[in-house]
Amino acid sequence: MFGLLSASPAASLGALPALVALSTQPLAHLRLLDIAVIAIYFVMVIWIGFYLKGMSNTSEEFFMAGREMTAWIAGLSFVSANLGSLELMGWAGSAYQYGILATHWYWIGAIPAMLFLGLVMMPFYYVSKTHSVPGYLDLRYGGPARTVAAFSFAIEMILMSGVNMFAMAVVMKVVLGWDISFSILVSSVAVALYVGLGGLRSAIFNEVLQFVLIWGGALLVPILGLIQAGGVAGLKTKIISNMHSDSYFHLWRDTGHFSANPMGVHWTGIVFGLGFVISFGYWTTDFLVVQRVLAAHNLRAARMAPIIGSFFKMAVPFIVILPGLLGLVLLQNPDGSRRQLVGEDVVAACNGSSENGSVVNSSACSAAMANTTLPAAYQQKVLSGASGAELHSYNQALPLMMVRYLGPGLLGLGITALIAGFMSGMAGNVSAFSTVWTYDIYKPLINKKGTDSHYVLVGRLSILIGVAVSIGAAYLVMHAHGIMDYVQALFSIFIAPLLAVILFGMFWKRATGLAGFLSLLIGIVFSASLFMWVKLVPSALANVALSPDAKPMAENVFRALWAFILSAIVVVVVSLLTKPRPVAELDGLVYGATKLPREEPVPFYKNEVAWAVVVVVIFAALNIIFW
Amino acid sequence: MHGSRIPIWFFIGVLLLVYGLMIFGYGVYEWQTANYPPLVQLTNLHTPVWWGGVLALLGLLYVVKFRPTRAHK
Repeated sequence: MFGLLSASPAASLGALPALVALSTQPLAHLRLLDIAVIAIYFVMVIWIGFYLKGMSNTSEEFFMAGREMTAWIAGLSFVSANLGSLELMGWAGSAYQYGILATHWYWIGAIPAMLFLGLVMMPFYYVSKTHSVPGYLDLRYGGPARTVAAFSFAIEMILMSGVNMFAMAVVMKVVLGWDISFSILVSSVAVALYVGLGGLRSAIFNEVLQFVLIWGGALLVPILGLIQAGGVAGLKTKIISNMHSDSYFHLWRDTGHFSANPMGVHWTGIVFGLGFVISFGYWTTDFLVVQRVLAAHNLRAARMAPIIGSFFKMAVPFIVILPGLLGLVLLQNPDGSRRQLVGEDVVAACNGSSENGSVVNSSACSAAMANTTLPAAYQQKVLSGASGAELHSYNQALPLMMVRYLGPGLLGLGITALIAGFMSGMAGNVSAFSTVWTYDIYKPLINKKGTDSHYVLVGRLSILIGVAVSIGAAYLVMHAHGIMDYVQALFSIFIAPLLAVILFGMFWKRATGLAGFLSLLIGIVFSASLFMWVKLVPSALANVALSPDAKPMAENVFRALWAFILSAIVVVVVSLLTKPRPVAELDGLVYGATKLPREEPVPFYKNEVAWAVVVVVIFAALNIIFW
Repeated sequence: MHGSRIPIWFFIGVLLLVYGLMIFGYGVYEWQTANYPPLVQLTNLHTPVWWGGVLALLGLLYVVKFRPTRAHK
């Protein structure tokens, strides 16, 4: 979610709805063995749901998985909830477009924030025994801030779930030719069943299962691709030869100016906007991921979980970024020439063929292709509908690579990995929605005096309702194309002000309830206004990102940065003008006012700080190696 | 995992074992009959055989190590 739907250069999913009517042949044809692999996966996740139903009877069990998860399970679930298939395919497509610059979203855009969550913030979340992030705001700032955050979370999660569901169905149609409604129905029924039955425990179990499947299904692509490309050296040589640039292999070298790199970003935006505001906002305050860590069985496990997750997060580019880079040199057209991928908008413009095989809307198609690097001869072939002259989008880089290397059985496993990723993201959204709805909206605002079993029932029902609303959102996006951009923007609009409010609340005793509420509200309104400004006046991007050379990619990071700064100013100014809470009331909530529980000493290999140091060393080394 | 009779690792082991055996079995059939899918690259590496084998062995390891009778409460 974080990558593709918030700040990804491949975030141009707005054209995706236009692909619903795609009439070209699917990329892959599944055989019986592949179907069996997929079917077994569905049987397994539903079996897990039924098995765990008996262990999800109390609210603590249903919403917090009994707070019994080990560090490994919480850590893998923490990473897996973010590792959706849109993420996999979107970032593979981004790597195809921009090279390893896309890796920033996995390294600086995740690792420092994950370590900060584990080492610094987790004790406050965990010691306060909150059930959710809005719940923490309630304890720290009071009801109004909690209510704003809870409604924002609930709306965002359910709409995002719908967008994910729709995007998954489109991908299944493009890759496999499956009917859109069939994909939506099957995936949503499966998720509703296993999360509704087993609650968060079931969602976490399946996320760990899905994490293993994603690696088992996707790892072969870079291995076989590297063999065929002649290793890393061969890949580099071929890319420089094809693309006439070595920028594809540098993370930082060409970020001194917006126009010096294909992504159109500046290092300040990457470091402060992505590396701080967006990354910290997502990994430390988004309840979807924080909920997984809150389910850990003790404070040490809760602190260790994000650190374990950070090792796997650093490794994900191997199965995501590398296939995109390999696609640049290995994908071929049927005639043996190099296959060049294009944007979703170009594929959509050239979709549909007339009786003689030529493109229906040739002027729109021609205009769309004029902005690409497709050879003129190939463009003519596309316009005339010549056999084999197909257009594929950047987001199809990973499925195309899978089809290239994976035969029967293995292809089924690869497709299962994609489906598992989709369902993992959807399950994460609905389980978080259920908790926020029950604890932060229903309980404080609608029925304060319900029994524990009543709230569990409300939680189960809210999962069913959440899935139903998600399905509605999916069909809404399908029929009203423009909505998709707005839904995607919800996340980035909300997260920066929330980060400011939580950081000041957690580390500044003086922050007051009114300051938290106003900061959150003003920050969200300001961020939404910036988004609408650029939407209505595209040239305003130069003002938001401070450069006429800035590309849409830069908008997300700079908008987040400005929203964070404004929210921080509001929280400081209003706090200084209002009366603070007595320090005694801040125990367990604020740094300096909390006596953290003393942890038993453990050998260094079980110590979270020691492992965090290892992560820092590897993180620094990777950034230097790929400078 | 604490509090459950069957750890998640056992479920993972079962799934990997089943998938591994299916893919390995198909790989052996493919190798014996030389009936390779026409558009798939690097079939000479017999990927389904070794990858299916790896998955099956990993799955077997997890099934044995985390089988329910040995699972911790």
